[in-house]
Order: sequence, then C-alpha cells, then structure tokens
Amino acid sequence: MKLDDNILTEQGLASAAQTGRVLLLACGALAHEILALKRANGWNHMDLTCLPAKFHLYPDKIPAAVEEAVLKNRDDYEQIFVVYADCGTGGLLQAKCAELGVEMVEGPHCYSFFEGNDAFSEIADEEFTAFYLTDFLVRQFDAFVWKPMGLDRHPELRDMYFGNYTKLVYQAQTNVPALDEKARECAERLGLDYERRFTGYGDLESTLKTLS
Amino acid sequence: MDEEDDIILSELPDDELTLQMHDDLYDGMKEEIDEGVNILLGRGWAPYRVLTEALVAGMTIVGKDFRDGILFVPEVLLAANAMKSGMSILKPLLAETGAPRVGKMVIGTVKGDIHDIGKNLVGMMMEGAGFEVQDLGINNSVEKYLEALETEEPDILGMSALLTTTMPYMKVVIDTLVEKGMRDDYIVLVGGAPLNEEFGKAIGADAYCRDAAVAVETAKEFMDRKHNQLAAG
Repeated sequence: MKLDDNILTEQGLASAAQTGRVLLLACGALAHEILALKRANGWNHMDLTCLPAKFHLYPDKIPAAVEEAVLKNRDDYEQIFVVYADCGTGGLLQAKCAELGVEMVEGPHCYSFFEGNDAFSEIADEEFTAFYLTDFLVRQFDAFVWKPMGLDRHPELRDMYFGNYTKLVYQAQTNVPALDEKARECAERLGLDYERRFTGYGDLESTLKTLS
Repeated sequence: MDEEDDIILSELPDDELTLQMHDDLYDGMKEEIDEGVNILLGRGWAPYRVLTEALVAGMTIVGKDFRDGILFVPEVLLAANAMKSGMSILKPLLAETGAPRVGKMVIGTVKGDIHDIGKNLVGMMMEGAGFEVQDLGINNSVEKYLEALETEEPDILGMSALLTTTMPYMKVVIDTLVEKGMRDDYIVLVGGAPLNEEFGKAIGADAYCRDAAVAVETAKEFMDRKHNQLAAG
C-alpha cells in the first residue's frame, strides 16, 4: 500500500476491506511504522485505520474522534486497540478508552514509546530541553512545526517558541540518510543543536506483539 | 494601501486613536503601538489609563478571538509582543505615578518544563490588570517555589505546565505547601494545555485557568473574596 503523508495528515487512513480480527485504531503519524511492523511480523490478523495525524496539533480532538471510530467499528472486530499514547490529552484519552473498554499504548507520547517508555523516563531529567522529531515529523516538518507555528510568515517568533530548547533529537525509526539530512536542516532552521538517535520501533513493536 | 490612505496616528482624536491602537495590537504592530502610547502620554493621559484603555482593552479582544478560534497562537504572540513593547514604555511611569495594585503573584513553569509562552502571556495580562508579578521563569523545583513564596509574600501562586509528564509536579508543590501548613496562605492557580478543571481540583489547586484572560478574571475574583473575608473577619 502506498501511503501519502499529506492524506495521512489531513484525512487519516480508511481501513481496507476487513480481513483481521483486531483493528488497530492509530494516529496517522504512525501508519508507515505500523504497516512496516505488520509486514515484517506477518500480523495478518490486524487491520489498520488511522485518524488524521494533524490531531497531534489539537490533542483535545483526539478522545472524541477515537470514541467515534471505536463505536463505528466495534461490531466488526473482536478487539480494537488504540495506537495512541496520552499525546497531550492530559489523561482524557485514557479515561475515554477505559469507558469504551478498549486498550491503548502506554506512555505520554510517541517520542517516549519509540525510545522505550522506561528509557525515556530515565533520560527525561537531563533531556527536557530537547525537541523531538520522528521519521514522519521530519518528512512533515513544515506541516507540523513551521507553518502551524506561523514561522513561515513570522520567523521572528522562532526564539519565543524555541529559545528554551537546546537541541533537536531526531528519533529515527528507519535508516534513511535523506531523513537524517532533512532533520539536520530542521535543527538549523530552529537554531538548535542536532542529534540523531536510532530508536527503531521501540515499545510500539513489543506492545503490538501482545495482541493475539 | 496607498500612501495617501496611511493613517497618521498623531492626527486622530483620542477615541479614534485608542480604537486604532486596538486594531494595531490585533495586527501585532509594535512600532505603531509604541507611537500610540507616546502620543497619548504626550496628550496628558495617565500611564494607567493608557495601559487599561489602549493596551489591555485591545489585548482582551485578542484573547476573546483566540478563545473563539478566530486567532491562533502566532497572531497572539505578535499581539503580545506589541503589548509588551508598549508596556515597557509605561512600566517606569506606572511605578512613578502609583497605579493601583490589585495583588501580587509569583508565577513559573514547573520542574522539567521549559514551555513558557502561556506563562509569559498570563504574567503580562496580570501586570496589565494591576497585579505585581514575580516571574520565576522555567523549570522550577518545589524549593524554588517555596523560597519565592517566603521572600515575595504573594497573594497568588501560579504554576504552568505544557506536558503530561510535568503537570503532576504541580501536586508535589501543593502537597508540600499542605505539609508545611502554608497552603491556605495562597491562592493557587494552575494552567497549561493538557490540564483541565478536573485535574486542577484533583491536585488541590484553587482553580484551573484555561487561558490568560480567565487567569486574570479568576485572580480578581479570588482577591475580591480575600478582601471580603478580611473585612468580615
């Protein structure tokens, strides 16, 4: 399946014809990674549908959108698993999932579960001045960072947003030199030091593995 | 706009000038705001009047439109920069002319949190509303908050967090205040994107404030109650 990042951002991903028992209801920013894991592990019992990745910018919209998608699909699947962490909902997504009787990924956000929640929480005290990007966010840097922050129109605002950050950490899920290059360029644009860290899929893989 | 359509601020009467300053603030036009402030001062306006009628009133419109989803963060920041610039002219004059002081607030982002845009907006709007604000900056430990409370003796403690991972630290601060028997000495207001009213109640804050305008309104209400209690006691 060929994925279009702009469609994942704006519309998400509609599930293909049902073949699996388990529906993964995910953030559009995770579609590439989940499909790569599905292929690599032969998880044919899982189908994937994604909500628009742009909810990353409006976390208050996530719980209601998840609820709507769960209610729409729950009769068709034995299990629905929500592939979101808290993602800025301040515990409201967890509460919504509990109310709906579905499980979700542990952790505060994808940066944490890609790093591994335990490892992320260990470095959190020293690394709270880091700004993180994943593969998807490097590719979609303008749509998720530069434009919504108004930096395309008002570059003078950059230091109001990023003045307290010290470095950009690119958490690489894959080894693609062009993404490394682009992430470095993103760091330069934000006036931050650059660090690339290969995380692979972290806790995302081990979590999805538990879904029989 | 044609050159001949340019508005000459100094030629506008007071009422039109203040309305024009509201527009300029809305559009984040720092230089025009500075010019407007200086014109009004030159016409004999008291600094406090310039602050409230030209700047705070204009920023209140910005705040409402932000709340209603008409304006977004970049536009609010530009407006805030313009207001800050105007305030920097007024601040020394306000101190000289003895503007009314509504109360005092100590504010800072919690430990591990460097996101200070919301905190800075709240601080600025609180100052505009007549509060004295002691800004502790970012990444504040419980010890730093306690030290500031003891030395500054504020009426209000404001804590801000943008991250799900840092917001629980607010409870650490409040629990420490309770342990030390200091909790009732302060009005505790909390804010930040992932917070909500329920969270504010659960950690024992007096109120959760969803934006800078609400923070100002809430702070004023609590100060009124405090004064009423003192008067009754």
